[in-house]
Amino acid sequence: MAEKPSNNEYWAANIRLVTICLVIWALVSFGFAILLRPLLSGIAVGGADLGFWFAQQGSILVFLVLIFFYAWRMNSLDKQFGVDEE
Amino acid sequence: MDQTTINFIFVGASFALYFGIAIWARAGSTSEFYAAGRGVNPVINGMATAADWMSAASFISMAGLIAFVGYNNSSFLMGWTGGYVLMAMLLAPYLRKFGKYTVPEFVGDRYYSQTARIVAVVCLIVISTTYVIGQMTGAGVAFSRFLEVDNTTGLIIASLVVAVYAVLGGMKGITYTQVAQYCVLIVAYTIPAVFISLQLTGNPIPGLGLFSSMTAGNAGGVEAGVPLLANLNGLLDDLGFNEYTTGTSYLNMALFTLSLMIGTAGLPHVIIRFFTVPRVADARWSAGWALVFIALLYLTAPAVGAMARLNIITTMWPEGVESEAVAQENLPDWFQTWEVTGLLGVEDLNGDGRIQYYNDASPEGQAFAEANGLEGNELVTFNRDILVLANPEIAQLPSWVIGLIAAGGLAAALSTAAGLLLAISSAISHDLIKSVINPGITEKGELLAARLSMIVAIILATLLALNPPGFAAQTVALAFGLAAASLFPTLMMGIFYKRMNSAGAITGMLAGLISTLLYLFLYLGWLFIPGTAMLDSSQYLFGIPPASFGPVGALLNFVVAYLVSNATEEPPQEIQDLVESVRIPRGAGAATDH
Repeated sequence: MAEKPSNNEYWAANIRLVTICLVIWALVSFGFAILLRPLLSGIAVGGADLGFWFAQQGSILVFLVLIFFYAWRMNSLDKQFGVDEE
Repeated sequence: MDQTTINFIFVGASFALYFGIAIWARAGSTSEFYAAGRGVNPVINGMATAADWMSAASFISMAGLIAFVGYNNSSFLMGWTGGYVLMAMLLAPYLRKFGKYTVPEFVGDRYYSQTARIVAVVCLIVISTTYVIGQMTGAGVAFSRFLEVDNTTGLIIASLVVAVYAVLGGMKGITYTQVAQYCVLIVAYTIPAVFISLQLTGNPIPGLGLFSSMTAGNAGGVEAGVPLLANLNGLLDDLGFNEYTTGTSYLNMALFTLSLMIGTAGLPHVIIRFFTVPRVADARWSAGWALVFIALLYLTAPAVGAMARLNIITTMWPEGVESEAVAQENLPDWFQTWEVTGLLGVEDLNGDGRIQYYNDASPEGQAFAEANGLEGNELVTFNRDILVLANPEIAQLPSWVIGLIAAGGLAAALSTAAGLLLAISSAISHDLIKSVINPGITEKGELLAARLSMIVAIILATLLALNPPGFAAQTVALAFGLAAASLFPTLMMGIFYKRMNSAGAITGMLAGLISTLLYLFLYLGWLFIPGTAMLDSSQYLFGIPPASFGPVGALLNFVVAYLVSNATEEPPQEIQDLVESVRIPRGAGAATDH
């Protein structure tokens, strides 16, 4: 049971990381690409606006970065808390 | 060589490749059948997952839906990619740690209940069957064009091919076949898009071409040096259509996007791919690699849509919309070949020998008609699902490109349909019959049950696909709504909420599934049979269309599960310990066998 507190900390760190990633996830897709699009309408991107670019290209690119960032961060957290697979 | 022969060569060669790889790989080991992907590195597994995932909806249908609607249908792009973020962070690593092979198995064990497992099987069957209807619709379109028959005949041929392909069984589980299918699919999708992007904008990367300026030497009515999207908006304005980049209902779009995202993370046949990667760390990378390979198509699709829409307009108005429309005898050849399928149709309503394409439903379009003596839009039928398949012909690309896209479309439809049918049949034979109804069943009996349930599912899906509830991607979107409402909340709470017990999970799944299914059936018809809808679109609850109902069903699932769980006994200690152990990667070991 000695490792319990460390496991709880590990889980808390994981939840924190997931929360940050999902905030960005929601911001680029539901935010920039949809609901906040009118706010970004002043920024022109090749015949359309930044919101349109996020809807058709940008959000997908951000999703990719997020997943790889999460995988990299978690795999090092695993080691830091000593819960990685041997 | 005529086009049909070329199509046969491409489709035949690609199928020979899949079967060849299947036979070569099968000699290795029989356990590959179940353990698809174990011991395979994350990049290869990601590619195979991408092939499993990208179906007729992504390949054949999606760009067409974006082309004819524009910005609003960006939901498909964000929804079907953003779901991988949820999957990578909320489900994949933990389910891998848990180490079972099917979704109902996880639900049954985590919620220590056969009833929960049976409910999960029911959810899986409903989701997958709806999904197969969409695949059949898309495959039917591909076959009807490729064999030059009408759409119904094409659909029946498609279902026969799917039946043979799926019942041959195990090959679906072999990762390298799927890698081959991915390669055929992505090459077939990308090559015409690169050609078209070069023609229109001089930029070889379609995703960049979409935001580039048009080059000189394009059709009349298009201004060189002006961005492609601005050109497209201008032409659509003149013809009375909505502008391509303008949105109409932001809230509804957000809800629909959310439905597709949550649904992606709740799809049983995709989730199982992450059960069997070698390590928990690999499950995290695998989701990323899957999205890399999916993104190659998804970053290209919006360009395909916008460019095809522009090419259709310039085909119909070769000298620009202020001049004469195309004369009926000058219509390109692809009109005749597609008219055979019944999915494309023109009618010279005002008898001037020319075919005018415009929006006769808008005031601007009606003013345009008034000024030009038109009596209605004369491009009377243009099925959205034909756009990607017809795209190389629309852009006048060489005939080998047309053969290639036929092969790619069939690869997409067949690989996913077969995967779904396998998920249905294993849920029935393994999770239902073997574990619950008749544990003493022989292996032969189990296999027979698997085959029979596969055939029943194909027949049912084909019958329903005769009158599908929408274009391929729209039907598939309904399956995602069902997955979002039923399986995703149950899986997620199984990991993140230790207090969730079996009563909560069962009532939650039922609340999500039944409410969503009821909402679909009330507005789209019972079992989607035309004429049986009891309510129409003016009576949507809070204005939510059926395709966007998934998140509402998911919310109901969460709320019901939470309330019921807290009103009943907490789960036994060993289950709480199990949840604790699922949360840390250490001690994952190999996935346990059935």
